[in-house]
Amino acid sequence: MKLKATLLGAAAALALAPMAAQAGRGDSGHLNILYWQAASILNPYLSGGNKDIDASALVLEPLARYDENGNMVPWLAESIPTVENGGVSEDLTSITWRLKEGLIWSDGTPVTSADVVFTANYCMDESGGCQQLAGFADISNVEALDERTIKITFDKPKPFPYSAFVGSTMPILQQAQFKDCVGTNAPNCTEQNFGPIGTGPFVVDEFKANDTISMSANPNYRDADKPSFASLTFKGGGDAASAARAVLETGEFDYAWNLQVDPTVLAEMAKGGKGEVISAFGTAVERLMVNMTNPDPALGEKRSTLEGGPHPFLTDPAVRRALSLAIDRALLAEVGYGAAGKPTCNVVPAPAIYVSTANDECLVQDIAKANQILDEAGWMPGPDGIRQKDGVRLSILYQTSTNAVRQDTQALVKDWWSQIGVETELKNIDAAVFFGGDQSSPDTFQKFYADIEMYTNLFDGTDPEAYMGSWKCSEIPSPENNWLGNNMPRYCNSEYDALVEKLAVTAALEERAAIVKQMNDMLMQDGAMIPLIHRGSVSARANSLQGVKLNVWDSQMWNVADWSRAE
Amino acid sequence: MTDAATAAEKPRSQWADVWAQFRSHRGAMIGMGFFVFICLLVIFGPMLWDIPPNKIDIRAKNQGPSLAHPFGTDQLGRDTFAQVLAGGRVSLLVGVTAMALSLFLGTLVGVLAGYFKRLDSPLMRLTDLFLALPILPLLLVIIMLFRDPLRAAFGPEKGIFILVVFVIGITSWMHTARIVRGDVLSLKEQEFVLAARSIGTPPHRMILRHILPNVLSPIMVSATLGIATAIITESAISFLGLGFPSDFPTWGRLLSDSTNFMTLNPERVIWPGLAISLTVLSVNYIGDGLRDALDPRIRGR
Repeated sequence: MKLKATLLGAAAALALAPMAAQAGRGDSGHLNILYWQAASILNPYLSGGNKDIDASALVLEPLARYDENGNMVPWLAESIPTVENGGVSEDLTSITWRLKEGLIWSDGTPVTSADVVFTANYCMDESGGCQQLAGFADISNVEALDERTIKITFDKPKPFPYSAFVGSTMPILQQAQFKDCVGTNAPNCTEQNFGPIGTGPFVVDEFKANDTISMSANPNYRDADKPSFASLTFKGGGDAASAARAVLETGEFDYAWNLQVDPTVLAEMAKGGKGEVISAFGTAVERLMVNMTNPDPALGEKRSTLEGGPHPFLTDPAVRRALSLAIDRALLAEVGYGAAGKPTCNVVPAPAIYVSTANDECLVQDIAKANQILDEAGWMPGPDGIRQKDGVRLSILYQTSTNAVRQDTQALVKDWWSQIGVETELKNIDAAVFFGGDQSSPDTFQKFYADIEMYTNLFDGTDPEAYMGSWKCSEIPSPENNWLGNNMPRYCNSEYDALVEKLAVTAALEERAAIVKQMNDMLMQDGAMIPLIHRGSVSARANSLQGVKLNVWDSQMWNVADWSRAE
Repeated sequence: MTDAATAAEKPRSQWADVWAQFRSHRGAMIGMGFFVFICLLVIFGPMLWDIPPNKIDIRAKNQGPSLAHPFGTDQLGRDTFAQVLAGGRVSLLVGVTAMALSLFLGTLVGVLAGYFKRLDSPLMRLTDLFLALPILPLLLVIIMLFRDPLRAAFGPEKGIFILVVFVIGITSWMHTARIVRGDVLSLKEQEFVLAARSIGTPPHRMILRHILPNVLSPIMVSATLGIATAIITESAISFLGLGFPSDFPTWGRLLSDSTNFMTLNPERVIWPGLAISLTVLSVNYIGDGLRDALDPRIRGR
């Protein structure tokens, strides 16, 4: 229903588009955007946070990006290179991009292929700590063929060559501005990272880290009539509920992002009449990460690492299966997400071609069966009602970030697990700390000093290759790699690693889909993760703001140039 | 403490005096009545009201007040009344224990600083130091540093309880110390102390027998105020999402969880909020009454 409403809204916006197009640059006045997690940097190469990437997307642009339907559209490039149009070589080892004609930076200088080459080298410099390095995987060379043409060569056939410079995570930086910021200097270039010169519809006037960004329309933007807004404020801070209130009830802001708020509360706020809740489903899945290593504090430095040894009971497949079966996902979706959540048993919930049906057992809660599985595996209730075997009690520390919806989910899951004789201790950590990645904090999601942790992850665009690579053995966070890496469950399976290699050299879409499904099933059946909810993105826009197309495949700010104020 | 027993005859009438004076303070009597009522309610309430505070009944979520749920239910169908009772146990226990700890520390430092001249300057500088610390950031750092070791040693709930009580205790003794020191300094110059010293009373006996009973009045008053501060600080920590686990109700936690539902079910904010305010107010009135009752110059007028 929501999706239909959104589509209708989009259709209506399209119908209005000719009218909006007549408006000139700056006619709509001032735009107020509220992100309750404040942006701390405007360089997506140095930040993994969506908030930072979205803020950067107002200024910086990639060669191509995904539209609201997940289709790739050329952005700074003339067209999408394919094998058919000769842009991708027959042997799939190179891709050639061509920039649009007459592109200029907001400071008036021309955009050239040298800027693109520079950006690639900027990120691929190993001492720079580039967060988007995975997008440049397997690239052996990036060269400028002429002023407007860039050729990217891979060291092996690349069936999906559209990772570098596609999507808002990998925009083009200006060489002239960033030339002294390469390598270890990258994080120190405060002026550049806080005020990049871009080709996007807006330019940065003032940047207050973790607070407010003021921007005004780019005088050199390639479309003379856009953006419709003369200036904007990108405000950060507060929480999801207050952000929703600011758009829906008080009307202080025009757009608010990521509203993980109790659906009852959100519906109540929407009655305020000042704005509208919009949502769309992408690839986001709220999941439980199962720690395969031992998080016992007694292990000191070795806790939650492979050296610390396997987990005392979560390595038993029966326990993981029982934990998953005991959860009523439909109820979780209803209580915490409303129309913006669907139960799922897969870590890849979309696009449809990649979705497996092999794991749908977990869609229906079955406490009796979960109990039976544990009985058969030899976990018997002890005197306190908690199941145990060989002196090991099924007692779980379950952590997540602080958010009312997540705490409700925790309480419900704890209740169900208690019904199968599993003791649960809940812990919630401030989101800024949990996702902050601070090396010195024991509470980050990478360190995972708990048995189970819950959060949402997703992939940009429509190709899950890089995402599926997250659960390779080499991606396990540990002190050696400064706790960077995406393999939170510390899952390590050579068969899985082999499939990752195979996926990288498979071209046909059907075969790729089959491999992805196989990997997804492997992760699910091995119980490395317990998926809960396929989450839609939920944002809110003011009624007077038009042109918004909620995009779950790219930055939500992707088409901000087309936004305007209704009369 | 044997000294108090030997002088049983006189003090009894003195305490009767105090009680008579206290009773004449209307606010204090109402406050004490309410405080006793709240204490009895949270101690015995959960035995009579047998819905467990963490029982989830999702079909009965977000309900208004009814006979089955007099305070309504929250977003997971948990009974708010049971939660307020369970939360009150924790909040009051934290308040009383933290107050006892801060009172002990404050009195110790105050008496030592006031009685022994050599200790005065270092102890008072220490007090100044603690007063200058910003309390809330300090609490957050302490909780982050010590949560895990304590959790491992005492379990999640007891561990956090000890931690919260400890941090509130060691960050709120300074005012008591200052007040006590001031009173001890003036007492020390009085004739009865001089007389006691002239017959060779050793310092520990001097403090226990002559000084402490006379500074009881400010100690009592700061004790009552201490309970109030401790309850509020605990609420603040819970409100910030630190401290106790998220399914462990305390008044502050109930309040912070309910803020989003304020427009939908206002009673969810009103009840815990009212419980905190009224308890703190009643304790303040008790303190007020005690101060009047314990002051011999006011008593009997």
